Amino acid sequence: MNAVMKHRLFWPVVVLLALILVNTLSRPSFVSITVQDGRLYGSLIDILRNSAPLMLVALGMTLVIATRGIDLSVGAVMAVSGAVALQIIQDSGDAANPSVLAVAIGAGLLAGLACGLWNGFLIAVLGIQPIIATLVLMLAGRGIALLITRGFITTINSDPYKFMAQGYVVGLPFAFYVSLAAIAIVAVIERRTALGVLTEAVGINPEASRLAGVRARGIIWGAYAASGLLAGFAGLLYSSNIMAADANAAGLYIELDAILAVVLGGTSLAGGTFSLAGTVVGVFTIQTLKSTITFLGVPPAVTPVFMAAVVVLVVLIQSSRFRRWVGRLGGRLSVRSAQPVERTEVAS
Amino acid sequence: MSLTDEEMTSDALVAMRGITIQFPGVKALDDVDLTLRGGEIHALMGENGAGKSTLIKALTGEYAVDAGSIAVAGEQRVFHGTADAQQAGVSTVYQEVNLCANLSVGENVMLGHEVRRAGRIDWRATHRAAVGHLQNLGLRLDTRTALGSHSIAVQQLVAISRAMVTEAKVLVLDEPTSSLDRGEVQQLFAVMRDLRSRGVAVLFVTHFLDQVFEISDRCTVLRNGRLVGDYPIDELSPGRLVSLMLGRELEDLAALSGASDRPVDRSGTPVVRMKGAGRKGLIEPADVDVYPGEVVGIAGLLGSGRTELARVLAGAEHADSGQIEVAGKAVRLNTPRHGIDHGIAYSPEDRRAEGILGDLTVAENIVLGIQARRGWRKVRRSEQDALVSEYIAALGIRPANPHVLIRNLSGGNQQKVLLARWLATAPALLILDEPTRGIDVGAKADIQSKVAELSEQGLSVVFISSELEEVLRLSQRIVVMREHRKIGELASSETDVDGLIDFIAHEGREGAA
Repeated sequence: MNAVMKHRLFWPVVVLLALILVNTLSRPSFVSITVQDGRLYGSLIDILRNSAPLMLVALGMTLVIATRGIDLSVGAVMAVSGAVALQIIQDSGDAANPSVLAVAIGAGLLAGLACGLWNGFLIAVLGIQPIIATLVLMLAGRGIALLITRGFITTINSDPYKFMAQGYVVGLPFAFYVSLAAIAIVAVIERRTALGVLTEAVGINPEASRLAGVRARGIIWGAYAASGLLAGFAGLLYSSNIMAADANAAGLYIELDAILAVVLGGTSLAGGTFSLAGTVVGVFTIQTLKSTITFLGVPPAVTPVFMAAVVVLVVLIQSSRFRRWVGRLGGRLSVRSAQPVERTEVAS
Repeated sequence: MSLTDEEMTSDALVAMRGITIQFPGVKALDDVDLTLRGGEIHALMGENGAGKSTLIKALTGEYAVDAGSIAVAGEQRVFHGTADAQQAGVSTVYQEVNLCANLSVGENVMLGHEVRRAGRIDWRATHRAAVGHLQNLGLRLDTRTALGSHSIAVQQLVAISRAMVTEAKVLVLDEPTSSLDRGEVQQLFAVMRDLRSRGVAVLFVTHFLDQVFEISDRCTVLRNGRLVGDYPIDELSPGRLVSLMLGRELEDLAALSGASDRPVDRSGTPVVRMKGAGRKGLIEPADVDVYPGEVVGIAGLLGSGRTELARVLAGAEHADSGQIEVAGKAVRLNTPRHGIDHGIAYSPEDRRAEGILGDLTVAENIVLGIQARRGWRKVRRSEQDALVSEYIAALGIRPANPHVLIRNLSGGNQQKVLLARWLATAPALLILDEPTRGIDVGAKADIQSKVAELSEQGLSVVFISSELEEVLRLSQRIVVMREHRKIGELASSETDVDGLIDFIAHEGREGAA
């Protein structure tokens, strides 16, 4: 039991389960899943589906944070990629043509990648602080997206494009498979190869890594490129969900959710060792929290306050110092500081 | 040797008796006594892990004692924190300078003691007072410059003047000289002598034996958390002191003395040849050859260009003139990576900032060198395990657990891990910049004998150290640096420490004696 409690994912998972439990207690239908036309429906399925864009963005954010950086531009990048893809589809006039869709999706992803490469260039080559460098695109990105859509909200009508966010495959939302694939690809690239540990080395001490022969510049650049590419894909999912490219609303504030998901998953903002599994748990926690708000019928006016209160609570539960303090108050010292000396590899 | 209790307590400013401190699972200190008199410089000696830091922390109130008593100026004290100790007149300057680099020198010196007038800080008077305190230590600084813009040596002296602001009766100096050059050490010693003459008791912790003999009056030796004894320094010889610290005779080091006389075959192609390579503003163009199996020492004061020479040689700095040849061929060395690809391994001067990756394990730190070379292709688990356990055993890394985070290891063991990282890459040339700074005698002996052994087997080494004895003992040839310039080369068999110092100080200077 003690070993389980000391695992770095123990508290993040406890928090997620607690959230689900609270929802279930207040309304048992929360966990019910119904089958209709061979498709699964229910709040939990919605969470799997709706969390896909955040999942992609948060995975990229994890890599960026591991290098000691931060990427504030992800929301704006989503707006750009969605705008590029939808504008191509709209301009083609043939929204069902598979080759048009392939070009549109490819161009949207390339736009995301280009944004990421730009961020990486500013940070890894020019040495600009990540928060400033990505702030540039955070502010400029939505303007670029508006330029692409010529100042309008581009809407399209394309069933195949709609399938990305709203379609089903063997009973589960297609978007969930996209999440799974992204998790698997990132995990394999980072953990089956040495890229993960080299990224951690760069995040812990860039100069020591450089002197040890690590190509620090390439690794940092690569992390931002990956973040841009993943945000680009998230932008496509978002636009597919509403079938519109809304430069002002796409991915608004998602950078904050993504950073929160990474931190909830136990990755330090100071960089270095990171946990992809933790980020996955963090994303589900945030998405569950958002569902909770709609599910419990929290009035929109107080939603931010409610959200903030829950986040504070969640962060406190995960703080070992707070738990010790509560433990002392309760006169019980069962919870000890979790400072694991040994590391557990997060192999997914 | 031993004095009676009465003698020991009569004029004692600090009397620590029977100090015992227990950590989970270990007795860090077991029944240790320490006596400091006013107007003496008292050295505290022992290997890493002997309990020096713990004893200091008991004296400065950082740790509570589990048993034993502390009396300052005849008054029994129980310290509940560092503030209590400072109240009692005990001030400390720590190994890592504990100041605010982004505040000005004056603010640092006077922090918490600013001159106030009408409830506001009078900055002009505060800076004037700071100038006075600094001048007492012979330092002339613009107190409005940021502390971080000064060298570590100056920061150290600022830390001492800060301690003197509180009018300390007892000053604890924990490894104050580890980052100072000879001139700066003399400046510090002058300050310490001055404090002694004013009746301050100075507790001096260092790894440099020669400094202990140069400056201190008495010496307390610890070993494995126990007191070995309290000795007047006149009754000790360096060899005797080391034996007391280690609890064994120093045969290992004696066996090393032959290393510098070993003949080196210089008829073939040098492993690495520097031809007029330099970099503007860092180091003037220099020629250095290193032959197979040779240890080339680099001597010179701190800031003389020793490190810069090594960094150019390793590709950590990009040379903008001349060329560097590896095995007879001119190569491009623009990044450390290029150096590594040509078999040049560089272990940097600042172990903590540029060497170790604190949040990674010992195993990961060792493997990083070859891993970086192979890129994404992961070093197989079996290969990794074999490599790591081989080097942990060969270098005697403690604890011998590859999964411990490296930041939890002592300095000496961290240095051994770095050595392992580079040896694992099978380099042709190993550049070691201050590999023994701030580490204990045992680890120092281990590293020196490993270097001697490896070079005998054919590895070429460039060895940089502030300790001239060490450079003389290990290397066959010594490159001497001064003011960012190579001023000459010496064969170590033809010189000694005094000869080397004389060369560093006078060679090529016009009008010099």
